[in-house]
Amino acid sequence: MTAHAATHGMAGGAGGEHAQGAVGVHTQKLGMWVFLVSEVMFFTALIGSYIILRWGTNAEWPEPRTVLAIPITAANTFILICSSVSMVKAYAAAVRDDQPGLKKWLLLTVLGGATFVSVQAFEYHHLVEKGFLPSSGLFGASFYTMTGFHGFHVTCGVLSMIWVTIRAFRGKYAGGRFHGIETIGLYWHFVDLVWIILFTIVYLI
Amino acid sequence: MHWWFPGNASSVGGKVDSLFYVILYITGAVFVLVEATLLVFLVRYRRKSGRTAEHVEGSTRAEIIWTAIPAVILVTLALVSQPLWSKIKDSDTYPRNAVHVGLEAKQFEWHFTYPGPDGKLGDDDDFMKKDTLHLVVDRDYVLEMTARDVVHSLFIPAFRLKQDLVPGMDIRMWIKPTRTGTFEMACSELCGLGHYRMRGVVVVHTPQDYAAWLVSQGAASAADSAAAGLTPSGKGAP
Amino acid sequence: MTAAGTAVPAHTHVDDRPFIRKYVFSTDHKIIGIQFLFLSLFFLLVGGLLAMGIRWQLGFPGQAMPLGGWLPEGVAPGGVVSPKTYIGLVTMHGTFMIFFAVMPLLVGVFANYLIPLKIGAPDMAFPRLNMWSFWLMIPSGLLMTASLFVLGGSSVAGWTVYAPLSNTPDYTGVHLGQQLWCLSIVIFGLSSLLGSVNYITTVINLRAPGMTWFRLPLSVWALFITAVLAILAVPVLAGAVIMLFFDQTIGTHFYLPASGGQPLMWQHLFWFFGHPEVYILILPAMGIVSDIIANGARKPIFGYVSMVWAMIGIAFLGFIVWGHHMFQSGMNPTLASAFMVSTIVIAVPSAIKVFNWLGTLWRGSIHFTTPMLNALAFVSMFIIGGLSGIFMASTPVDMYIHGTYFIVAHIHYVLFGGSLFAIYAGIYFWFPKMFGKQLDERLGKVHFALTFVFYNLTFFPMHILGLGGEMRRIYDPTVYDYLKPMQPINVFITVSAFLLFASQIVMAWNIVRTLARGKKADVNPWHDCGLEWTVPSPPPHGNFETTPTVYHGPYEFSVPGAPADYVPVNQPLPAVPEGRR
Repeated sequence: MTAHAATHGMAGGAGGEHAQGAVGVHTQKLGMWVFLVSEVMFFTALIGSYIILRWGTNAEWPEPRTVLAIPITAANTFILICSSVSMVKAYAAAVRDDQPGLKKWLLLTVLGGATFVSVQAFEYHHLVEKGFLPSSGLFGASFYTMTGFHGFHVTCGVLSMIWVTIRAFRGKYAGGRFHGIETIGLYWHFVDLVWIILFTIVYLI
Repeated sequence: MHWWFPGNASSVGGKVDSLFYVILYITGAVFVLVEATLLVFLVRYRRKSGRTAEHVEGSTRAEIIWTAIPAVILVTLALVSQPLWSKIKDSDTYPRNAVHVGLEAKQFEWHFTYPGPDGKLGDDDDFMKKDTLHLVVDRDYVLEMTARDVVHSLFIPAFRLKQDLVPGMDIRMWIKPTRTGTFEMACSELCGLGHYRMRGVVVVHTPQDYAAWLVSQGAASAADSAAAGLTPSGKGAP
Repeated sequence: MTAAGTAVPAHTHVDDRPFIRKYVFSTDHKIIGIQFLFLSLFFLLVGGLLAMGIRWQLGFPGQAMPLGGWLPEGVAPGGVVSPKTYIGLVTMHGTFMIFFAVMPLLVGVFANYLIPLKIGAPDMAFPRLNMWSFWLMIPSGLLMTASLFVLGGSSVAGWTVYAPLSNTPDYTGVHLGQQLWCLSIVIFGLSSLLGSVNYITTVINLRAPGMTWFRLPLSVWALFITAVLAILAVPVLAGAVIMLFFDQTIGTHFYLPASGGQPLMWQHLFWFFGHPEVYILILPAMGIVSDIIANGARKPIFGYVSMVWAMIGIAFLGFIVWGHHMFQSGMNPTLASAFMVSTIVIAVPSAIKVFNWLGTLWRGSIHFTTPMLNALAFVSMFIIGGLSGIFMASTPVDMYIHGTYFIVAHIHYVLFGGSLFAIYAGIYFWFPKMFGKQLDERLGKVHFALTFVFYNLTFFPMHILGLGGEMRRIYDPTVYDYLKPMQPINVFITVSAFLLFASQIVMAWNIVRTLARGKKADVNPWHDCGLEWTVPSPPPHGNFETTPTVYHGPYEFSVPGAPADYVPVNQPLPAVPEGRR
């Protein structure tokens, strides 16, 4: 190992695991918050456009429930919310250094997220077979764009969560080093929150 | 003068120019004052042996003065600009008896639809002309405008008027020419490869000349109108 | 709570990693800053070359360009720029200059290089993320450059790519080129966001003990505020461009009216990003110039706190003025009036800054070094650019000058007269720290003088062209009778522009020569107070042997009773009766 690597350590950059700054927020968590603000703006652009196109113009717009499968998506929403609950439990386990608990709850979170993505993919397949495409009017365009980017973000979240779970199994979060769990938890809850908003205004209203 | 505004030919142009000159005098004075101050400071406070800089951190009084004065000037400017803007762009203020002329912009032509002898736009005796807008001096007109394909922008420099034309939107603009003559118009929103040659002409007539022109349109307009999908009038003007 | 604290241990050490890890895939903020420097200077050259093509056609419409015969017949038949090529030049000049030259030069170079050094940190909060931020610029730049060479040519919709012109190839014949533009910009946006996450987190959490918020140099404040602007604005551009890309590729119609799409929605989304973007392009310049003017005048910045609040005010107001780019767009006139008010108000904090710079010079001891000359040019040119903006703020006057060369003059006064002079000032100022060698002062002054003269000769007459009614993005002004009399002005501008471009060779030569065989520079050649000048040139990996302690504000020049005319921030001030910051 080079002298450089030895002095810099593995994760977290210049701040390291213990960097605490002026606002009393751990550096890694602060970085995630800032990143999430940019994500809020990204989804605001998409959702804002949707709102303008649907309610600010005279464009044709079918009733969502005539096109989309509300019951199964509602169940899927429930699964995603459950995965946020398991994420909270995972973090609590990490804080009290309950490694078996951490591993269990992380696995359940991965499972919940992966299930959500799979069901969404299945729904897409079904909709495309029915002839509902991105080119199917403004509803099709905005539906696929918003849910597609959300799905992309969940997928990235699931992949990250798998990586975190592997690291947990290797003991990287033992002994009070729980900040990484909190950081990914923030991302996970954000992705869940965006979905709740999307489900409400795209599917239900 | 060739290197400045074209001569004004519309009812609002004079007011736009006046507003411009007010801003020019104010910004000009500020420009001279501030740049002169800068130059004076650069000369007066250049490094000289035996003199050190004075360790001054600021002056709250100066900050207040040079915040308040620009703020007052600028807010006044906004207040002065508002009524003229409203008069030009707010269709609720447009004269009721204005003659309506249609305009559809497309790559790379202006299609003007005239109301024909009955004076009403939107019926069978309308006729279309490409790239020329014929108006009568001192009469009120409202252009009913849209675009067929992309965003264009009608710019008539001599009238000081400009308005974007957006496909899918119906936009109106009030014009009242105050001088006879021929004035160029251009597209001022990039609309494609032929944007630069989307030139048109505004011809402002006396009422008699306009009547004569209408007569001459009897035959010539039929082909244009058919091309635009309007029913040709087939008969001469009054 | 103003005390800054950090538990980060300082350490410098020999960097014994292999060349690839040390200089290519480096996580050291200084190397990354230098990587951005060379990449963006390259794109500055590209943008300048494209401008030469524009100016040739405008000055000598329809005439064969020198070396034009080398271009493919489809692009320039007989060596004459075609209308399609011309608008491609216009589009790509703006695109390359804004996204690949000025933004990376101001932010990629100076935020990366200066922030950790100036706040007393060993590196950025997330060094590996920082490395990604740079390396994403490579595919982004490659895609954008590739778009010049693909079948159908580059985007021809202006850097603002208005819909519906940009939506489908039906209107322009451009297909792949526009799609590559979109992909490139999305990747660029990601690079920008990753960088901004780093800058914000680093400034908040990694300041050395004693470096409170109101002791930060204005350059750091400016870069921090700029990063906040980017976090909020760039994602909206990404969303808008993605929807445009989908319109082009998967059959959506977000911006196409035929199926209910809204062309004006593109404009609102774009300018919601676009206006904060122009403040991203000027705020770092203002910060850099503040540091350099205080240094050059040997005086604290006049009204430091006001300067901070003015920048915050500009940033905040910058989010509610975007409609002034759309006054003539067909938007509701009352809404336009609201934007006029906010636009008028934003002139106030900018004015405050100009007066404070003058106040800094007042009773100073001004040293006319190359960085100082460029910084002073910034102030004087920004005054012109800012004042010309007032004409546009007045909606009836804007009706005449919108879309004309008056706007082009304004843009270039703030972007070149403003941002680029500040960039040059920053390069000359921090070059000795970056490379351990100082650029030649005489060549620097020659470069400055030539640039300043030819720059004004090029861009000031554009105000006149605009008032005469010459439109933007026009392939051949002589099509219009009322523009023909002004054609001599176009010729004058073209010749000046060629000379302006040629003058940059002086700086390029200075850089090459200095890097090859320049003398070793002093550690602190400008006698500046900043923390970066307390470490060797170039600073070692990790920056500081031990974490510095900061005792006072950043501009303690000419302090009565001090041994020198500057007191570095890591040294206490001489004892004085009344308390100091």
